[in-house]
Amino acid sequence: MVAQGRIVWVSGPAVRADGMSDAKMYETVSVGDAKLIGEVIRLTGDVAFIQVYESTSGLKPGEPVVGTGNPLSVLLGPGIIGQIYDGIQRPLKDLADKSGSFIGRGITTTPVDMTKKYHFTPTVSVGDEIEPGNIIGTVPESSLIEHKILVPPNHVGGKITKIVSEGDYDLETEIAVVEKDGQTVPLKMYHKWPVRSPRPYLKRYDPTIPLLTGQRVIDTFFPLAKGGTGSIPGAFGTGKTVTLHQIAKWADSQVVVYIGCGERGNEMTEVLVEFPELKDPRTGKPLMDRTVLVANTSNMPVAAREASIYTGVTIAEYYRDMGYDVVLVADSTSRWAEALREMSGRLEEMPAEEGYPSYLASRLAEFYERAGRVRASGSPERDGSVSLVGAVSPSGGDFTEPVTTHTMRFIKTFWALDAKLAYSRHYPSINWMNSYSGYLADIAKWWSENISDDWLKLRGETYGILQREDTLKEIVRLLGPEALPDEEKLILEVARMIKIGILQQNSFDDVDTYCSPEKQFKLMKLLVDFYNQGQQALKDGAALADIRAMPVIASLLKARMEVKDDEMDKLEKIQNEMVEQFKNVTGVKVSN
Amino acid sequence: MSTKGGVQYSKIAEIKGPLVIVDGVENAAFDELVEIETNEGEKRLGKVLEVGNGKAIVQVFEGTTGLSVSGTNAKFVGKVMEMPVSEQVLGRVFDGLGRPKDGLPDPVASSFLDINGAPMNPEQREYPKDFIQTGVSVIDGMLTLVRGQKLPIFSGSGMSHNILAAQIARQASVVGTSDEFAVVFAAIGVQYSEAEYFRRSLEESGALKRSVLFLNLADDPAIERIITPRVALTVAEYLAYDLGMHVLVILTDMTNYAEALREISAAREEVPGRKGYPGYLYTDLSTIYERAGRLKGKNGSVTQMPILSMPSDDITHPIPDLTGYITEGQIVLGRDLFRQGVYPPVNILMSLSRIMKDGIGDGRTRADHQEVSNQNYDAYSRAQEVRALAGIVGKAGLTDVDLNYMNFGDEFENKFLTQAIDENRTIEETLGLQWSTISNLPKNELTKVKDKFIEQYYKE
Repeated sequence: MVAQGRIVWVSGPAVRADGMSDAKMYETVSVGDAKLIGEVIRLTGDVAFIQVYESTSGLKPGEPVVGTGNPLSVLLGPGIIGQIYDGIQRPLKDLADKSGSFIGRGITTTPVDMTKKYHFTPTVSVGDEIEPGNIIGTVPESSLIEHKILVPPNHVGGKITKIVSEGDYDLETEIAVVEKDGQTVPLKMYHKWPVRSPRPYLKRYDPTIPLLTGQRVIDTFFPLAKGGTGSIPGAFGTGKTVTLHQIAKWADSQVVVYIGCGERGNEMTEVLVEFPELKDPRTGKPLMDRTVLVANTSNMPVAAREASIYTGVTIAEYYRDMGYDVVLVADSTSRWAEALREMSGRLEEMPAEEGYPSYLASRLAEFYERAGRVRASGSPERDGSVSLVGAVSPSGGDFTEPVTTHTMRFIKTFWALDAKLAYSRHYPSINWMNSYSGYLADIAKWWSENISDDWLKLRGETYGILQREDTLKEIVRLLGPEALPDEEKLILEVARMIKIGILQQNSFDDVDTYCSPEKQFKLMKLLVDFYNQGQQALKDGAALADIRAMPVIASLLKARMEVKDDEMDKLEKIQNEMVEQFKNVTGVKVSN
Repeated sequence: MSTKGGVQYSKIAEIKGPLVIVDGVENAAFDELVEIETNEGEKRLGKVLEVGNGKAIVQVFEGTTGLSVSGTNAKFVGKVMEMPVSEQVLGRVFDGLGRPKDGLPDPVASSFLDINGAPMNPEQREYPKDFIQTGVSVIDGMLTLVRGQKLPIFSGSGMSHNILAAQIARQASVVGTSDEFAVVFAAIGVQYSEAEYFRRSLEESGALKRSVLFLNLADDPAIERIITPRVALTVAEYLAYDLGMHVLVILTDMTNYAEALREISAAREEVPGRKGYPGYLYTDLSTIYERAGRLKGKNGSVTQMPILSMPSDDITHPIPDLTGYITEGQIVLGRDLFRQGVYPPVNILMSLSRIMKDGIGDGRTRADHQEVSNQNYDAYSRAQEVRALAGIVGKAGLTDVDLNYMNFGDEFENKFLTQAIDENRTIEETLGLQWSTISNLPKNELTKVKDKFIEQYYKE
């Protein structure tokens, strides 16, 4: 029995309808004569409170509301990769075909092309016993992704009584039939899944593998692990979006889900223009072939913004279940929280801090808990991960506001963007004193196995220099730099070099935009060597001014831009020049 | 405004601030246009904010002063508010609701457009990448404006934001094209003298005949300010996408807009966000700012330059804060520079143009543009540190390199930043000035520019 009611009240994205006693919580409904899409978010007697995912302009009391019987769900099957969706998985391209350059209302469309034929290769045969989550076949989806056709997690399982042979089929074709206890259930290449329910898995692992992003300040100083959670808060203009784009471009995951949640339209356009042109550094294939975009820009309806986060994370979990490492980037969770606040206000709920609803923290926790590296259910055995990176846009750049403080409780890596650094054009403006990573110890093993045993030690030494500088800066501020002895002045000098040569990274420079782990390690080693040899030279009587005037410093600072990933021998050359020049500065002094 | 049609009359039950609550409503729609008629026959416009259970909450644009519960009628017009548009709007002056203010008759409309517009489909946007030369060095060189961008000016009371905006409107050009250019100017609660300065400036440069002006002045009804930017943008979109023109929209002052929004929110007794502004201020502002852009398959573009005065020069105030999160950068005017008499007093360290990188470089401006600009930023930031240090230890305590930075800072402010209000510099002149400023520094300090550019442009 589907609910059939009438609108009694309209205010912005919120609608009340009566005669809705058959409606269920979180059921999707069709609202008004224009058949707008909405979702039931509160039931009182026979009155349903509905958030509408499209503009309600022109909606009148008395118009019909009809239930669909289903919760808000996404369609999961081949054809998702490379798409750009709105917050409720409608392809923006289809919306444009139907309503032109501006988004119209009441448009229905399918998330993927149901008539397109995919080349299906079965991996099971008649008579095989299957369970929920099993792979029954594969389909090539893009140049980078082989789509695994999964038995839906809510399926009962059973014995295969029919499976089609290898060939081209569209999504509506019955590719298999499963029998259990005399009941037969057909399977297609897609299934639906409610966005607000996490997809099940077998077990969870500790995150021990770094998610390499090619960004030095992230990988070397505040790393994220595959299956981990990170947050990047920053005032406007601190470079949040650029950093998130960098992660989406260069992260060593197989699938990237990018959610533009209440942000700028042009930023999504930028991704759409850039990603098909950019090549994945590991495979050489276009980045768009591993990317899914969910775009609900700031001026699009606010309720769909709330849904976009769930739409994105459910798609991410689906690819995780195929055994892929997925990165989900959400820009920005603050806009999502504001959507919650707006609906909460219209529901006349009692507000907590700054008008946000009291359940803000639990919603954030639920979202970040959907990250993880897992053993997927079903056979064959496979591991996948969802790493979550959420931007936070704190009002006034104030990290004590509710969204930032609550987010910090549920994430392990925190990249604090700093307006002061951004103003001095230090990008990425991740503040090295306020940021942290809870994965450092877990992933150190990977670095020692793959790059060098010295990684953790060198990282500690480099960070130590930055910490010393931070304390010394106070003294300089009060007394001027001349108050310091030479070995401390050298700390200031090397800290400056670390900032320019390692921490800063130019996203728009062809070479500097991505830095391999090996190059990251070697740059760090060069600077630590410089520091140690510098201190030794001072002990041996060299003058600080002579050290400062060493021509190798300019080479060290520009190495990030001038040395390509496959030119590590150039770094050796710089190393040799450095040793040579230190000999000279010490030698000069001795001969005096 | 057009108010043809008319379907339903109702009585007013309550008047509260800018809102009237209408009873006995049977067939009104959310967002519908309402005509309020007093017993003296005066007509005012409003729109439905909330409707249900036989009641409608209506926001009255011209304010509720003088309205009475008895004898006032509300007429539900049966459609949302629309703006009549045609090529004839060029050269005209309208009030804040889009009604002629220049004594001339209504322009003959070729179509009527919903003033709220509709969200642009991100998939249909054309990424902005055409450099606009404004002739203002600090903007062209370091905060490049691009067609289809939204770049606000954050200012404070009394500073020269209007002079700067007028200079940009007069000088803006895209090098090497002959496409038609238009200016849409929306005054939102500004003083008469400021609006008049702008109008005269356009007139003197001969740009008035390709401009459209919407004036809601300081003594005009405050609630009308909710509508002014929307009618202006509706006209701008028409000129851009139907007539293929490149439109520069100047909205001044958005702070007044946000305050009108707060007034309505307070009257509706909504739970406030920060400083009493409604929680949906961000979303509401985005429905204005996001109307800038370019579209695939269309010639024209809408470039926005909103101006807002930061209350007490505070950039963390909700209005500049939320604006900055939506716009593609910001031009921040600095009180210190203004006091020193520098024009334009742009604080470059706090300013940013996000899509500059796509509008400059080889084939657009020059290959070294990004790097020389980065180096200027870096050096200016260092110069400020050195100046602070000099305040403690005195000039004598500075190293030679520090002194180089001091010289750089002075030359940057006096030669590069400073320019006359009628001085229109080419991009080559601007880049040349940027190289002469950083040539105050020794070559090994130039860590942001590639060696090949240093060889080519560094001035010994």
